[in-house]
Amino acid sequence: MSPDLIAALVKIALLIGGLMTAAAYLVLLERWIAAWVQDRKGPNRVGIPLTDIKLFGLGQPLADGLKFIFKEEYTPAHVDKALFVLAPLVILAAALAIFAVIPFGSVVPDFDIWGYKFTGDAVNLVVAPGVDVGLIYVFALSSIAVYGVILGGWSSNNKYSFIGGLRSSAQLIAYEIPMGLGILGIVLSTGSLRLDAIIGSQAQSGWWNAMTQPLGLLVFTVAAFAEAARLPFDLPEAEQELIGGYHTEYAGMKLILFLIAEFLHMITAALLIVILFFGGWHFWGLTGADDQVTWLGALLRIFVLVTKFMLVVLFFMLVRWSWPRFRFDQLMSLAWKVMLPLGLLNLATMAILVELEANGTLPVGSQGTFALVGWGVMLVGWIGSALVAPLQTDNRPRPGAGGLLEPERLLA
Amino acid sequence: MQATDPDIYWITEPQLGLAGNMYLPLFMQGLTTTVKHLFSPKVTVSFPEERPQIGNPLIYRGVHRLNKDEAGRVKCVACFLCATACPAHCIDIVAAPSPWPDREKYPESFTIDELRCIFCGMCEEACPVDAVELTSLLDLTGRSREEMIFDKEKLLSVYDMTQAAEPMKSLELGNAPSK
Repeated sequence: MSPDLIAALVKIALLIGGLMTAAAYLVLLERWIAAWVQDRKGPNRVGIPLTDIKLFGLGQPLADGLKFIFKEEYTPAHVDKALFVLAPLVILAAALAIFAVIPFGSVVPDFDIWGYKFTGDAVNLVVAPGVDVGLIYVFALSSIAVYGVILGGWSSNNKYSFIGGLRSSAQLIAYEIPMGLGILGIVLSTGSLRLDAIIGSQAQSGWWNAMTQPLGLLVFTVAAFAEAARLPFDLPEAEQELIGGYHTEYAGMKLILFLIAEFLHMITAALLIVILFFGGWHFWGLTGADDQVTWLGALLRIFVLVTKFMLVVLFFMLVRWSWPRFRFDQLMSLAWKVMLPLGLLNLATMAILVELEANGTLPVGSQGTFALVGWGVMLVGWIGSALVAPLQTDNRPRPGAGGLLEPERLLA
Repeated sequence: MQATDPDIYWITEPQLGLAGNMYLPLFMQGLTTTVKHLFSPKVTVSFPEERPQIGNPLIYRGVHRLNKDEAGRVKCVACFLCATACPAHCIDIVAAPSPWPDREKYPESFTIDELRCIFCGMCEEACPVDAVELTSLLDLTGRSREEMIFDKEKLLSVYDMTQAAEPMKSLELGNAPSK
């Protein structure tokens, strides 16, 4: 086996182990934050088994996992068995495979331990380094998650699951478009689909994309919330309306696969927001901008990335308790009437600016102008959309609105 | 009723202003509330280690007790008012002629099924001699159903256990029973 292959296998093992642990502990964090926001204490009992050591409840994820493993793996008689089993596998496999191209830092220098060289070159902290279609790959795989949801909802042969699956498909398909539009601006200004190149260009100029393209950030963040099916967009599995949505009929390990995949979607969304808009591992004056790093520099970059990631995750979790769920028609009109035009506006702005830079009207590297125009366009677009097409909040039928309540239709 | 009925009032929602239509101000309001609660003091009581604060033990409705009079005899006169008032039918009294000259009957057995009891306090309200009372003991546990059926001796022992901490409610509330 070549050293490259060994390195890739080691990275995959670390990644899957790390992601599973991260998902488990993020569930604990989510429960803590849910509790604190509601003035409760949250899980704080489970510590080391058979002792009285509690460790602030850090053993809770282990207990949760064991509980799911020992639960009865019940499959209802009326389901389409093959698809029923396939659905959680599809959704989890797609959610995990996304991380193949996500850089968790930049590069670490060669392992030079007692004179033994590992590969001879610096190790890139991404499973599949140098994938030129990185962003397209991420998008393709995150769209596959819809299949898992639809298959799960449909094969369950149950009204609640089916409605959850349908809602989810409509929602995920609708929000793919603003999500893509939010990113296209970045692809234009960077000129690359590679995630590490996108971080690199932000590090080099020192201007994060969040500063130059706030409208893109806004559209992408809203779409990412919807794609990850987090509140206020958790219609696919609205507990209060749909019992559990597409995973109503699932139990035991199959259910936990769905739940892990859901958390992985949130982790992906948070990492993408950090990488695309907040400079990834870059922080001014702390991390360098080029690929030549020392061990300390590499560790600092990982630390910066993880810190930013945790802040975004914290935001995700706080928003969950700050906002009520959207109604389905509001969800759709937000996607098609607000987010889609705003995304197009961002794309058009970036296209014009990049073209002006390319033909020499603007000097190369005029990020300040980009930021100025970006913020201006965001304010204009946002206020404009609020004035021109305010979100309809009242959807009751009423006379005079041309609906079912018109007198001639009622008398007919 | 037809939708065209003049009796129907069609209410229009109040119009949102620019801030409402832009969502962000309202969003910041919600987020501020959330963050405020994130750091506010918690109300959870870590139960077995920490005891919950009972506001007023006189009006708390916990485990029952059967009160004793000054001579150490059970105060109950087996009038069955509590058993009659009980909506859960959890009180069972067997009356017998009293061995003492000051009353006609006394309870030979007095049983409360704590599992059926709904802790409404009707028995306490009904009792004419303030014999049955609800204490502020709140952790009522047992390992079997039989254990949770409290007989006369157990109810009297609850009185012995709690009388120091909680004197009889009737005396405390200032309306001693008329002799």
